Amino acid sequence: MALKIVKGSIDRMFDKNLQDLVRGIRNHKEDEAKYISTCIDEIKQELKQDNIAVKANAVCKLTYLQMLGYDVSWAAFNIVEVMSSSKFTYKRIGYLAASQCFHESTDVIMLTTNQIRKDLSSPNQYDTGVALTGLSCFVTPDLARDLANDIMTLMSHTKPYIRKKAVLIMYKVFLKYPESLRPAFPRLKEKLEDPDPGVQSAAVNVICELARRNPKNYLSLAPLFFKLMTSSTNNWVLIKIIKLFGALTPLEPRLGKKLIEPLTNLIHSTSAMSLLYECVNTVIAVLISLSSGMPNHSASIQLCVQKLRILIEDSDQNLKYLGLLAMSKILKTHPKSVQSHKDLILQCLDDKDESIRLRALDLLYGMVSKKNLMEIVKKLMLHVDKAEGTTYRDELLTKIIDICSQSNYQYITNFEWYISILVELTRLEGTRHGHLIASQMLDVAIRVKAIRVFAVAQMATLLDNAHLLTGNVQRKGICEVLYAAAWICGEFSEHLDNPTQTLEAMLRPKVATLPGHIQAVYVQNAAKLFATVLKSQEGNTDSTAAQETSQLMIDRLPLFVQSANLEVQERASCILQLVKYIQKLQQKDVEIAEEVIALFAGELNPVAPKAQKKVPVPEGLDLDAWINEPPSESESEDEQPRAIFAKEEPKHSRPRHTEVDEKELAKRREARKQEQANNPFYIKSSPSSQKVYQEAPGVEHIPVVQIDLSVPLKVPGLPMSDQYVKLEEERRQKDRADKKKKEKKKRKEKRSGRGKRHDSGPESEEDITPAHMVDIVTEEMPENALPSDDDDKDPNDPHKALDIDLDKPLADSEKLPVRSHRAAEVLKSPAQDGDAESAASQEPKKKSSKEKREKKKDKDRDRKKSKEDKKKKKKHKHEEKGEDLLGGQAEEPVVQSEATSEVAAPPTSTTAEVSDLDFWLSNAPVPSNTQEAATVVAAAEAAPTSEVASGTAPDSEPDEPKDTETEETKSSKHKKKKQKKEKEEKEKKKKKKHHHHHHHSDGGGEESVQNGTVEEEEPLPPMSNYCLLAENSYIKMVNDIQGNLQDGSQVVVSVIFENKCDSFLKSMEFNVLDSLNSKLQRPEGSGPHDGLTVPFQLPPGVSNEARFVFTMQSIITPQKLKGTLTFIVKNEDSSTHEKLDFKLHFTCTSYLISTPCYSDAFAKLLESGDLKCSSVKLEGVVMPFHHLLARICFRHHFSVVERIDSCASMYSRSIQDHHVCLLVKTSGQTVSIDAKCDEPTLLGNVLDEIKQTFSQC
Amino acid sequence: MIKAILIFNNHGKPRLSKFYEHYNEDTEQQIIRETFHLVSKRDENVCNFLEGGMLIGGSDYKLIYRHYATLYFVFCVDSSESELGILDLIQVFVETLDKCFENVCELDLIFHVDKVHNILAEMVMGGMVLETNMNEIITQVDAQNKMEKSEVTSVLA
Repeated sequence: MALKIVKGSIDRMFDKNLQDLVRGIRNHKEDEAKYISTCIDEIKQELKQDNIAVKANAVCKLTYLQMLGYDVSWAAFNIVEVMSSSKFTYKRIGYLAASQCFHESTDVIMLTTNQIRKDLSSPNQYDTGVALTGLSCFVTPDLARDLANDIMTLMSHTKPYIRKKAVLIMYKVFLKYPESLRPAFPRLKEKLEDPDPGVQSAAVNVICELARRNPKNYLSLAPLFFKLMTSSTNNWVLIKIIKLFGALTPLEPRLGKKLIEPLTNLIHSTSAMSLLYECVNTVIAVLISLSSGMPNHSASIQLCVQKLRILIEDSDQNLKYLGLLAMSKILKTHPKSVQSHKDLILQCLDDKDESIRLRALDLLYGMVSKKNLMEIVKKLMLHVDKAEGTTYRDELLTKIIDICSQSNYQYITNFEWYISILVELTRLEGTRHGHLIASQMLDVAIRVKAIRVFAVAQMATLLDNAHLLTGNVQRKGICEVLYAAAWICGEFSEHLDNPTQTLEAMLRPKVATLPGHIQAVYVQNAAKLFATVLKSQEGNTDSTAAQETSQLMIDRLPLFVQSANLEVQERASCILQLVKYIQKLQQKDVEIAEEVIALFAGELNPVAPKAQKKVPVPEGLDLDAWINEPPSESESEDEQPRAIFAKEEPKHSRPRHTEVDEKELAKRREARKQEQANNPFYIKSSPSSQKVYQEAPGVEHIPVVQIDLSVPLKVPGLPMSDQYVKLEEERRQKDRADKKKKEKKKRKEKRSGRGKRHDSGPESEEDITPAHMVDIVTEEMPENALPSDDDDKDPNDPHKALDIDLDKPLADSEKLPVRSHRAAEVLKSPAQDGDAESAASQEPKKKSSKEKREKKKDKDRDRKKSKEDKKKKKKHKHEEKGEDLLGGQAEEPVVQSEATSEVAAPPTSTTAEVSDLDFWLSNAPVPSNTQEAATVVAAAEAAPTSEVASGTAPDSEPDEPKDTETEETKSSKHKKKKQKKEKEEKEKKKKKKHHHHHHHSDGGGEESVQNGTVEEEEPLPPMSNYCLLAENSYIKMVNDIQGNLQDGSQVVVSVIFENKCDSFLKSMEFNVLDSLNSKLQRPEGSGPHDGLTVPFQLPPGVSNEARFVFTMQSIITPQKLKGTLTFIVKNEDSSTHEKLDFKLHFTCTSYLISTPCYSDAFAKLLESGDLKCSSVKLEGVVMPFHHLLARICFRHHFSVVERIDSCASMYSRSIQDHHVCLLVKTSGQTVSIDAKCDEPTLLGNVLDEIKQTFSQC
Repeated sequence: MIKAILIFNNHGKPRLSKFYEHYNEDTEQQIIRETFHLVSKRDENVCNFLEGGMLIGGSDYKLIYRHYATLYFVFCVDSSESELGILDLIQVFVETLDKCFENVCELDLIFHVDKVHNILAEMVMGGMVLETNMNEIITQVDAQNKMEKSEVTSVLA
């Protein structure tokens, strides 16, 4: 064996390696392809050998050839072989090759599942890493489903290197297997607070990517991200978070208000351009979302615009580009503030950099007004002439059209001018956008009735000079314009000055060289023109003119009859026959014109692009119902062909018809009429048929085009053109005398088709504004249909599947597929337990039908498993208690609670969710003592109502896995027992800014004692947990300490720094002297005595909050740490170093975390006998009992378990899972507290602290 | 998300191509050609962002590139990435290559494209930025190379 390996490696020495291959290719420049094909032959030989080293070398070479464009998919199986090598070296080569050339339809991927799973669980972290990297490139839905659970386990790997990769790849897994999102989400969320910055960054990355597509589902994470934003110093993370907030603010304007201040601080303080730019961007997004009711943010807008102007003026082209990009966002809502920088933007139009010119063009779009439109377009037209590349010129062309046509031609005051511009654009060489110009011409001519006369004249000229457009081969695209010209001339032929000439022009032999669809329009509209001409000529006494016209048609049409294009042929031969018949009648001196005209009578109205989709399905019409029963499957195969040709088989439809009674028929007829009336595509061409519909009962549903009659378009007795002239004159009369002349001149110019070049200033344009000489016909839409409905989401977008409500609790079917024999391993992860258990009690979310099917299958298995789960879990020490409670009960309520909550839960859980977010949002951005306390009270008062409203549903948001578990197990029970819940608890927990789990809002329909009484009792006094840390003349620090449930050894100290002086405070550094027991967590790489930089600066009068994490070993005694804050006080002329010493007091209370507990669980806990007892008596307490309870809850992190009159039981848990139970009784002014805890020292200290709290008041 | 990372020289010869979305080989080559065409005709002192490119992307995507001596480094990214951030990332990438190859030049990339891939894999994974800290990247790359070396010597020994 060893010999073989040695032999293999010797063989290998004689093979070409990658370097040799590259060298060879470089030496065969002339016949590269030939050389490579011999190399590929060699590689094929190498792949046939047994030696894995040789194979790996071959695969490595293939990877290189793949980059050069050679298909190497034939070696897919060999790649899999190399991937499964036990050597890291080869494995890495295999995975690299796979990541470069595997994709969803590579069939050997199926074979890799087990190999990848093995690599993922390899003891070597780099094996795992390489597998994750590879998998991220070629993960398929199958792989995602099979491996989701393994990857999820890796998210809690001990090595941050693996954790961050596992977190990142989850995004790909979600995309391919959307069902995994909900089960995996709690852990993903947990990773946002991972101690390793890389893992944290990866989690932020994934959540931002998810939230970008479906922001509303992630709104509840806003507080968490806000915290990260104020505490993180990693610019990458900050940028991602700030971008995410940019996506969230449009959904929640209050979030924006909260963001403005920290973002403005960042803008002022950061030196990183990338971060500054993203902050500006998000501030803009905030301002947009606030733009409705908040006028007082003009300072922020000014700040943004100023910063952007600096960017645009920068010599760095990148900043210039980004500045313009961001500017275009402001433009949408605050055009005024941008318009003042018009000079700068027009200047950018002349930049040598095309990217910058394009961005500047985008900005122009929003900068036009009625006043400056003509001026800007004139400038653009100059650029069109100068532009060298067709791409840029085409871009200019589309921009001109965009600018002019935006919001229903809002800024066009003179459509003659616009038509002239369009005509001028047809002279562009080599543009691809002929169809765009054509559609504009059509649109304007159809919708702006007043312009038709002018348009028709211009179009007739175009048709006359068609050879100019079609002469050059290069101008292929532009001949589309003739399509529009021909149609306009035909449809509105009554406005033509010389229809005969136009008719002649349309029938020229040269027309036959145009594309078929244009010819077809020519032929059809020639017929319309013919009708008009006929009518005008028949009035004359001399009938020869009319007969000549018919003869012209008969002479020219045969050319089109011979066309190769079917449509041209069909129309031409049809019309030719018609004309021949007309000619016959003419020879008999029959007046025929009226009847010919009638062929084309009726107005064609513009139809909105989405109208068809918006046609409502009439009541009683089921589109999915069969009109005729489908043929049964057995006969379908043989009989299908016959059925197509044979008449409808009566036996299917007959019986149904007979069942329908007269009433039903009438109803259907009614429905059909309704439908026809609503259907814009239902052709109502002939006037007679229209009449019928007007008499029909459904007539009011015919969409009526709203015409603004402030401009009387049709004055009886006056032809359209005269009316137009008259309007113009009226307007001019209003003009001041000195402008009259100018105006007239301008009008003349326009008449001659060169309106664009008039040189009148913007003042005269403004005068045009009030004239409203045109009225724009709106597009037709079915009634009640909103054109703005966002129905244009791409149904194929993979992110659509990820639009999943993450706040709903997990259902039993929502589990990642696990291979059964690995079940035990899976149990190690607490989150998994939580999932399994929550499954027992929570309502199922809406599922795809597929999932439902799966669910049925899985249900039994799942239950069995969850039973097992529970047994095994008993071994976990800290879960013991929750376990006992669950014992036999959890199984039974499954069905029941599922059934009830399915109906009641969804709306209520969201209510609770929203109200929590509401609370956070209503909080002041930088809470000062009084403010915060005030809001707390407000919430306390508001709480009862929302509590009742939230009904039976357990609150959602599974924050921490351990927590959800206990919480949810209890909740099933909870519902059954209908216990009461404390509003104090809610208040307190909200205060903690979602740092911890949620309470269960209960109420269950019964009047809860608590809720009932609280409303009568007087409001609670303001309370805050922030206490003074230190203060001097420059700065004041207040702090609060909270335990971190995720990590039993961590507490988070939140410090609010308030600048009390008139100077700028910067470079603040926070440092403490660590003790043996407690240490400040410092970033990796810094020494044990280094201070932490506070991530913000403080302008005068501003306060901001920073958080510091401390690691604790023992939590049973209170501790004090000495610390120092150093900072620089910066005045206008000087800056001084200052410092402030403080003592950080960690009370035992700060290690407690209020945890909900239910009375039976509580009772079991007390009975268990593990707890040590202690008690304390408080004298002279004069506050109401509920205030007392609230104070204990609030100050000492307890939650009320049950309250009966003047007696209450309370519960809390330490971060190291000590249970603390209190029984509080009051009589008169004496309060006695009996307490039990499994750690007597801790209990003693907590009681002392409680005593102190009440002695102070 | 990053859709693709391309490195090619002043003549459009690909030196590394990493697509985070599947295209067949012909389309990949076309994309490289088209990208080269777009990027190469730009002056030295214009901005590093580029819109358009018919084959790759669409309106949401941008090409962000840097030109170093004979090589173009091009990232195709969507709007969730910070433009300036990606420019920094390219810089980190090049600096990392410089450290790993000791004064990197085009020849290093030509002959050791596999190593470049391995370095890139520590920075970007599946189109998402994995690590931006150069020291961390180099640590991981070195550790893996060391492992590879030990395996090779054990085979030969």
